[in-house]
Amino acid sequence: MPVAYFLVLSAFLFSIGVYGVLARQHAVLVLLSVELMLNAVNINLVAFSAMLGDAGVPGQVFALFVIAVAAAEVGVGLAIVILIYRNRQSVDVEEMSLMKW
Amino acid sequence: MNGLVLAADAIEGVEVTRAGLFPDLMWLVPLLPALSFLAILFFGKKLPGKGHSAGLAAISVAFVLSLAGFIDLVTGAGPVEKHWVWFELDTLELTFGMNYDFLTGLMFVVVTFVSLLVQIYSTGYMHDDERYSWFYAALSLFTASMLLLVIADNLIMMLVGWEGVGVCSYFLIGHYWEEKPNSSAAIKAFITTRIGDVGFMFGIFALFVIAGTFNITEINHLAEEGEIAGTSLTIAALLLFCGAIGKSAQFPLHVWLPDAMAGPTPVSALIHAATMVVAGIYLVARMYPVFEFAGDGIPLEVVGVIAAITMLIAAFLALIQDDIKRVLAYSTISQLAYMFAGLAVGVFTAGIFHLFTHAFFKALLFLGAGSVIHAVHSNNMSDMGGLRKYMPATFKTYIIGSLALAGIFPFAGFFSKDEIIGGALRAGIDGTRSTAWLVFGSALLTAFITALYTARMCIKTFWGEYRGHGEPHESPNSMTSPLWTLAGLTLVVGFLGFPVIGPFKYWIFAEGEVAHGFEPLYNVVLPVVTVGAALFTFFLAYKWFYRDEWKFDFRKSSFGWLYGFAERKYYLDDLYLGGIVKPIQYPLAAAAYWANQHIIDGIVNGTARGTLGAATGTYMADQNVVDFGVNGAAGLTNFSGGLLRYIQSGNVQRYAAVLFAGIAIFVAVFAVA
Repeated sequence: MPVAYFLVLSAFLFSIGVYGVLARQHAVLVLLSVELMLNAVNINLVAFSAMLGDAGVPGQVFALFVIAVAAAEVGVGLAIVILIYRNRQSVDVEEMSLMKW
Repeated sequence: MNGLVLAADAIEGVEVTRAGLFPDLMWLVPLLPALSFLAILFFGKKLPGKGHSAGLAAISVAFVLSLAGFIDLVTGAGPVEKHWVWFELDTLELTFGMNYDFLTGLMFVVVTFVSLLVQIYSTGYMHDDERYSWFYAALSLFTASMLLLVIADNLIMMLVGWEGVGVCSYFLIGHYWEEKPNSSAAIKAFITTRIGDVGFMFGIFALFVIAGTFNITEINHLAEEGEIAGTSLTIAALLLFCGAIGKSAQFPLHVWLPDAMAGPTPVSALIHAATMVVAGIYLVARMYPVFEFAGDGIPLEVVGVIAAITMLIAAFLALIQDDIKRVLAYSTISQLAYMFAGLAVGVFTAGIFHLFTHAFFKALLFLGAGSVIHAVHSNNMSDMGGLRKYMPATFKTYIIGSLALAGIFPFAGFFSKDEIIGGALRAGIDGTRSTAWLVFGSALLTAFITALYTARMCIKTFWGEYRGHGEPHESPNSMTSPLWTLAGLTLVVGFLGFPVIGPFKYWIFAEGEVAHGFEPLYNVVLPVVTVGAALFTFFLAYKWFYRDEWKFDFRKSSFGWLYGFAERKYYLDDLYLGGIVKPIQYPLAAAAYWANQHIIDGIVNGTARGTLGAATGTYMADQNVVDFGVNGAAGLTNFSGGLLRYIQSGNVQRYAAVLFAGIAIFVAVFAVA
């Protein structure tokens, strides 16, 4: 299969992720969208890795790293979301604008 | 140099009649106390017996292993020498290695045995000490370091063990650090030995430059073959001996050992009598070919002179002490000098034999003194007296130790001391050492003084009326059983070195290996003279110290001036304090103060005035010119910041949108380019 198929899929997925991050108001969905973007990157990495054969092994390794980092990131992110909910009874990202001047 | 035939091939020439199991395992022996140190350090208070169980278990196994290894060795298993490379830097090769030969084996047995007895004894002596666990940890670390020093096959490892025992000695002398004199004594011991250690280190460097290796066997081999020689080797040997002088408390660095008695008595027995202080002797014995062949034996002549001076002055000092442990400390210095003397005149075996017997009877004496101190709660003999009625077991064992120290047949000290004196006599007659007669005369005189101070010590402690407070009581079994063990051995071990037929000389050199040095001169007259003189000295001591009810006073005799001289320890401490420490400390401090007041303060004040003037000028410029610029810049920043702050909305999604927009612009730019 040509590598372009994977790239298109990946770009599509990434765009959905970007849209989710920018437009969604629910913090959990924002986090989910970030995961989508990371997985789009993973698809790229694995696709190029497969294309390059033996020389592409680091690509798979990086994909594994990305998965591990994503897991850690979502762990921290969800913990923050829970704390925010406890304090403010809302997880709307529009309302989380304390960090300004 | 007849009689000084040496082994060309120390290890290869040895006949190995069978394979040994234990010598290969000897690296375990230093490791066990090291592990028990860590165990006690981290879990001490949780271990059974607050840590002494771990220490005792490790040292017991180490002792059994050492004994098994040594028996294996003397019954025909070969010495073991092996090492592996730690790292290499160009020509510098650092190795870990073990060299388990006869000398090492013997030292292992002595060190582990005395350590074991001292640890058993300490369960009684130290039982209500608040740093009990730490005490056992430090004892274990000490034993591990000492064993490392002995088994090391290269000088760097030996230095590690050497400094290790030094720092443990520091810890343990200062065990009761709440009192200032004790911590001062610890610091004094540490610094004084360190002065010698500087020499030792430079000796190691010099030997590495000359021989190109740190390996002890190789260096000895090169020295024997004459491949390294000359003045530089002589200097290297003398530098090594500096380390030995410091560690083994020889003149002029002996001043730390009497003060080291501030530590707990078991520590004095283990470290400052039986094991650590013989590290210097061990060093000279281990590097003997270097000392013997460098500059036709000039280093050994130096050793002989130092030993002759030390044994005599230390024995005189032992005669006037009131603190029972200080008597023993000076006696130790004197006996260490005997060992050096044995090595110096060429009776290698006798020197090591004296090390061996001294370890037993001096440990016995120290532990006995500890038992006495435990009972009367004072170190001073003026608070003792008449204790033979109160403490029969301590009394009997102490007398055995004292007779050995005084060199009375058949106790251990008799054989070893007479071998050294006989060796000096033979070296004098044969003319192999130009200092032999000096050593002989000094050793003979010291033997009499030894008997005198020993008798004085025993009389003042055990005879007469009790002069202290309270009712003294015999010590617990944990303390008396090591005493009886050592007393029994003190009676027996002397016969191991019985002239001609004793097996001891086969325990220092492997079969097939030609012995270092030569046999001492054995005849009947010399022992008769020394023992007779010692007995006569006992009579003198009885007359002076007992019958006259201690009214004999050196101060009022015609030797009064000598007494005053000795009472100030030959003014050596004053010399070091007044001649070295104070000139450095006080004038330097005064000079620094003067310079501080006049020069530096002048500079500082002048600078301050200049600065003040310049500052006034600057202030005007600052107010009018700079402030305008600064305020203007700040106002501009404030204004532009006020505009820019609307960008920071706090809305994360807007930030993300800007981020993606930025990326999109980058992508577009790169796509075009």
